[in-house]
Amino acid sequence: MNEPTPKFDTRVQELKYKVLKEVAKSMWNDSLQEDLYDIPKTIVPGPKPSMRCCIYKERAIVEERIKVATNNASLSKNIVQVIKIACDECPIGGYQVTNVCRGCIAHRCEKACRKNAIKFDPKTRTASIDKEICVNCGLCAKACSYNAIQNFLRPCQQACKIKALTIDENFAADIDESKCINCGHCVAQCPFGAIMDKSFIGDVINMIKDSDYSKKYKVYAIVAPSISSQFKYATLGQVITAIKRLGFHSVIEAALGADMVAFDEAKELEERGQLTSSCCPAFVQLIKKTYPKIADKISHNPSPMVAAAKYIKSIDPTAKTVFIGPCIAKKSEGLEESVKPFIDSVMTFEELQALIDSRNIVASELEENKLDNASYYGRIFARCGGLSESVAEALKEQGSSFEVKGLQADGIDNCKLALNKFNVGDKTYNFIEGMACTGGCIGGPSCLTHEIRDKNEVDKYGREAAEKTILDAIRIKI
Amino acid sequence: MKDIQICVGSSCHLKGSYDIIECTKKAISEYHLEDKVILRATFCLGKCGVAGVSIKVDDEIITGVTVSNFQEVFKKYVLDRI
Repeated sequence: MNEPTPKFDTRVQELKYKVLKEVAKSMWNDSLQEDLYDIPKTIVPGPKPSMRCCIYKERAIVEERIKVATNNASLSKNIVQVIKIACDECPIGGYQVTNVCRGCIAHRCEKACRKNAIKFDPKTRTASIDKEICVNCGLCAKACSYNAIQNFLRPCQQACKIKALTIDENFAADIDESKCINCGHCVAQCPFGAIMDKSFIGDVINMIKDSDYSKKYKVYAIVAPSISSQFKYATLGQVITAIKRLGFHSVIEAALGADMVAFDEAKELEERGQLTSSCCPAFVQLIKKTYPKIADKISHNPSPMVAAAKYIKSIDPTAKTVFIGPCIAKKSEGLEESVKPFIDSVMTFEELQALIDSRNIVASELEENKLDNASYYGRIFARCGGLSESVAEALKEQGSSFEVKGLQADGIDNCKLALNKFNVGDKTYNFIEGMACTGGCIGGPSCLTHEIRDKNEVDKYGREAAEKTILDAIRIKI
Repeated sequence: MKDIQICVGSSCHLKGSYDIIECTKKAISEYHLEDKVILRATFCLGKCGVAGVSIKVDDEIITGVTVSNFQEVFKKYVLDRI
């Protein structure tokens, strides 16, 4: 076995990867139907269980994972899916007083609680929370000098900042699809891997095979700029070669689309006076579903993914385009009616790793290929603040004196705070740059690893671009 | 109608695609070929290893195009064939 074992953060991510890789292998070989019963045994060889009570439950869960990995027809429309039998039905207690409570005299918790939900045991003098009254605001936990009050909310519910994640009658996680914005944060957070994003790798594999590896028509990979911080075991140039070895004709920077977006967004901002960005699909869905009143403020520009795809199809009308990024919400964007004509499929870095390994391609042993079309400004879209900086630059390059008063929000909680300002008619800012993930796309749920990433790394990658200005980069539009 | 495609893939881009596009635009206007030539961009023509930019005139791929040999290439593959 000379297959590289990619480093993931957790065994959950590795399990997901193994399933995707086995599914991909079978799809390349056209043998998925025959292999369906063997894949669970390949992944869970036994005889001893390693994750659950027994290998039979482990294999049953793998079967369910295969359904999500193959976008099985039995699944609902939502990209993010709960694998019910994998859900461990974690405690749902919310804020609770732990035995660290010392029965102090100050009772700061009681003072902090606005609902009078804190009660004291007359004998031990320790606090408890009346769950009938408690609204789980967390003020008592912040007030306690001993950190004796802890939040026992499920990790998935903590991750879901829009309260789309509830508990069903069997105590398993349940997603309210009318609220879900497919940000994928619950997917990244569930410690049991019970929440997974649907995969379209089957479509990608078939697209490549039907094209006879880009001979009949060309399949283009549009990669997000956050790719620069993904692969530790190979250079970016080697990963580009690996993507081409899969059968893609060309690898194009989504950042080139970002340059185009920045240029047009600057014009739109000046025309309309107040705008929110439209690059992050989870942010756009957040506005549409939670702040419909200000939906008219959303920029009319396509996302960089779509802008890049539009450009590719304008010069190669038979092209097929596949976006590859750290993002789960992009999969949902890819299915929108207005986006479908331009984007043929969307996959994540996790899935890219699985595809590369399913073909036994060892990226670290390959020669390097170039990836360079975008400017510094297009590339820094990968981090929070990059978009506002680029729009300001575009205005400057257009000779405009319009001043961007940008409010950069990363993470859904911060996006909500920013949107609240527009919602109440606050005119302090004229541009909200919203990114659902902490730090921007570099904090996306489908990154290969999830350590805190340095924004300076993105800027460094940006500075390596041959084109220095937005106007330079968009010269590509002849 | 002559179809001129200039590779703007990463490799050619770094070798000066946009300079070749500018040269081509200038030549088209200089020789008044607006109605006889279509100028378009294309991605990778598969000749990344060669020095200079790759272009495609109708079905023929020409590699190694640079600002200094552009006039020669343009004459041979475009002007002389119109």
